[in-house]
Amino acid sequence: MKFSLVIHASPFSAQTSSTAYRYAKCLLDEGHQIFRIFYYGDGVLVANQQITPPQDESNLLTAWQALAEEHALDLVVCIAAAVKRGILDENEAKRYEKPNANLASGFELSGLGQLAEAIAVSDRVVTFGS
Amino acid sequence: MSAKKSILIINQSAPYGSSNGRESLDLALTCSIFEMPVSLLFVGDGLYQLINNQSPEQLQMKKHEAMLSALPMYDIDQIYVTAEDLSENGLTENDLAMPVTLIQRDVIASLIQQNDSVLTF
Repeated sequence: MKFSLVIHASPFSAQTSSTAYRYAKCLLDEGHQIFRIFYYGDGVLVANQQITPPQDESNLLTAWQALAEEHALDLVVCIAAAVKRGILDENEAKRYEKPNANLASGFELSGLGQLAEAIAVSDRVVTFGS
Repeated sequence: MSAKKSILIINQSAPYGSSNGRESLDLALTCSIFEMPVSLLFVGDGLYQLINNQSPEQLQMKKHEAMLSALPMYDIDQIYVTAEDLSENGLTENDLAMPVTLIQRDVIASLIQQNDSVLTF
């Protein structure tokens, strides 16, 4: 079955954020397909490449990056939600004259149309709320 | 992409305590642009997104009811509220900023069943 996930939960503050990761991993283990992971609301904060948790705690950012690498996942971060929360790619950093970009590799900033498309083409869309 | 997929957005968050209401509305408008039929259900605290005479100026926030007034322009007119939620919150339809379809709470299940995709904010 073709799934898409919508993640609103803030990394580290809400357990739902790591539940979403384990759910995605489980789907892939079970042989399902993930069309897209869409990060929305505070969920976008996981795409900050500066994330540095204590060494003895799990790192949700690198976990997503590894999973995406292994399964060629499409990790899309809502651009409007991201930019206002300070998650910028090179283009947005330049546009808003900010000193640096901080969008982690493996993630892409894009619009809500990407979520609408994911809803249209997926058999199931699962929301991980805040 | 298949344009006909219908979407139900369930709103259960109060308008100013979180960004959920605003983000839900942005998604509703986007899906409508892609010609997907959109229905909105407001339950629990989500009902407060719809009440009239909101004054969030002191919170330095935009008026949620004003943003909701864009819905008819996007052909989103399937807006559902349960009669139980209204009465439990001490409200009537006259307290709402826009016309809604009143349903009984036990109709929610069939509303979910009727739609291809359901998102919750």
